[in-house]
Amino acid sequence: MQAQYIGASTIILEVLWRFWPVWVALAIVMGASFLYKKKLALYGQLFDSGVGIAGVFICLFWLFTAIFASTVSPFDPLGQIPIMKDTLPGAIEPQSGLVYLFGGDKLARDVFSRMVYGSQIVLIIAPAATGFALMVGITLGLPAGYYGGKIDSILSFLANLVLAFPVILLFYLLVTPGIMDTPIPYALAGVFFLFPIIFFCVLFWTRFKNRPDRIYILLGLTLVIGGWIYLGLVFDRDPLHIVHIDPNQLNIFVAVVFASSPGVFRIVRGLTMDIKTRDYVAAAQTRGESPWYIMLWEILPNARGPLIVDACLRIGYTTILLGTLGYFGLGLAPESPDWGTAIKDASRLLRSFIHPALPPTIALMSFVLGLNLLADSLREQSMKD
Amino acid sequence: MFSFIIRRVGTIMLTMLCLTLVVFFLVNLEPNLKKLAISQTEMHTSAEQLESWLANHGYRQNFFQRYGQWLGVLPEQPITDPATGNTTQRFSFCNDPTVPTFSGVLEGDFGCSTKFKTTVAAKLFPALGATGILMLCVLAVMVPVSLLIGVLAGMREGSRTDRVLSVASIASTATPEYVSGVIFTVIFASWLGWLNGSAASASQGITFYNFTLPVITLAIYGIGYIARMTRASMVEVMTQQYIRTARLKGLSFKSVVVKHALRNALIAPFTVIMLQFPWLLTGVVIVEVMFRYQGFGYTLVEAAGNNDIDLLLGCSLVSVFIVLITQLISDVGYAFLNPRIRVQ
Repeated sequence: MQAQYIGASTIILEVLWRFWPVWVALAIVMGASFLYKKKLALYGQLFDSGVGIAGVFICLFWLFTAIFASTVSPFDPLGQIPIMKDTLPGAIEPQSGLVYLFGGDKLARDVFSRMVYGSQIVLIIAPAATGFALMVGITLGLPAGYYGGKIDSILSFLANLVLAFPVILLFYLLVTPGIMDTPIPYALAGVFFLFPIIFFCVLFWTRFKNRPDRIYILLGLTLVIGGWIYLGLVFDRDPLHIVHIDPNQLNIFVAVVFASSPGVFRIVRGLTMDIKTRDYVAAAQTRGESPWYIMLWEILPNARGPLIVDACLRIGYTTILLGTLGYFGLGLAPESPDWGTAIKDASRLLRSFIHPALPPTIALMSFVLGLNLLADSLREQSMKD
Repeated sequence: MFSFIIRRVGTIMLTMLCLTLVVFFLVNLEPNLKKLAISQTEMHTSAEQLESWLANHGYRQNFFQRYGQWLGVLPEQPITDPATGNTTQRFSFCNDPTVPTFSGVLEGDFGCSTKFKTTVAAKLFPALGATGILMLCVLAVMVPVSLLIGVLAGMREGSRTDRVLSVASIASTATPEYVSGVIFTVIFASWLGWLNGSAASASQGITFYNFTLPVITLAIYGIGYIARMTRASMVEVMTQQYIRTARLKGLSFKSVVVKHALRNALIAPFTVIMLQFPWLLTGVVIVEVMFRYQGFGYTLVEAAGNNDIDLLLGCSLVSVFIVLITQLISDVGYAFLNPRIRVQ
């Protein structure tokens, strides 16, 4: 039986219509930000330039797509409807009457739904991994830059060691099915996921150690929430069964954090070495503040500008890394709808069909582009100050 | 300066030693050895046979002893049959010794590739040559184009040319190789039919038809990055006092840019270009796999996919060496180009 098709203009209208929850959410957020941009500090200033607006728009678009994925996508990203195998864009699925807007792939899945669901994977792993990398990089970079000497030499040597690895080799060694039988990924996860807990404990301790009314609540909250997530992520023993991560996703997560934290370390170290010569640091030293107070409450807030810009770029970079992993079929499940895996599957068949390749490539490119534009305009705004 | 280079070379040696130890540890994990044994023996072999294959080929010796043998500080032992006491070669296809000899990396012997059934040197160096050609072509495209874009954009900050070129270079840094590769293949191979979507035939002879796509795919990511760095450096130079002086002297804008600004603006991009090599290495792997070009990246993927221990170690040694040596060159070169910097 031959599939029925709809025309090109109908496809475009239909795609735009499918994204309606995204448009609504975008309109609300963008409108509100635009109205109150004077009160929104750095975020508000983004709306002063075209580049900034474009960046915010693209990033929010993918964020809302990930949130509303189940409403936006008409089909199950893993569901196969045999009659739709390799259909061109706009083919109508006979049973439900819904349309394969971007066609079907070689396993008869809806390319559009897969692209939409792919955003979920990317938007969960990339920012979270970047967050952990930031925590690791900051917690190690601050003392390395502040104390210098032996600590600095050792940590810098380790960071350069990791940076000297070509990323792809690192992934081939760290993200293989075999390595999940060994304790290595769990040990690495155990080490990396400790850093946020340490970071927040030290952060609160240095600030509030003389105020018992605040310190115990904050420390307790950090330990309970941190320990809960830690149990769930590293040991998969969350007592409430809410925090859960698949072993292969944990493996990817750890590898990505491992690959990108030395970069953060270098930046934080450089910024710390620069900022520690300032007068306000000398003033704090004269007041007799502890070194960690100075690092976390004097130096870190003043290094936030470059760090925010770097975080934006780094989320984009992590997205590219995730795509690389998917492209080489490392870690992620073979049927996973993430963009890298989709590009891998489609690029093998480019000679016969090109339509399954384009949506994931354009999605990945536009998301990274949005983040880069955001970073660029943030950099420009922070330079104006 | 001389002692600086000596110290850096020492650090490089230490780094390489540590890294190879890490790689050696990871490729010799139990699941990886199992994978190797399974791929090297016939289908449906029992666990005992796998174990005996591993023992017969020396994979059950002490870890540090084997690392020492690979490195060449311990003599490599031939396989001795416990029943007869006869010695045999570990791998017959590599001319492994039958008497204990020092044959490790330090002696120039990179070992034996189990996947390609030949010595690592025989596989790795031709592959490196092929990748070298690719890299040269990429650099020949990437460097002039990106410098030109950067200089044009940074010449007049805030002008329309600057904005357009800046956004274009941001877009190109947002396009990883596997994305641009697919897009270029769709446009130039599937749609227009101008170029070949596969570079497999490039090992016989490089033509414009089969080699352009890999080269531009690999170049496009670097172009954006280098162009942005060049632009930033150019913008900074153009605000300097001596540029204003030259303009006030009545020199034309063109001659100010070419004679006064360009030379100083091109110092910073030099470092950036050198530091692009680590990224190019990753890009090379993606592009060679995507366009089926038999070079270093292709070899690395094959070695990693089959857990070919010696070949993978050779690949990591080469890539780490390239990364570290380009860092050294960039540091030393920067000190030479910029007389204000003195290396201590």
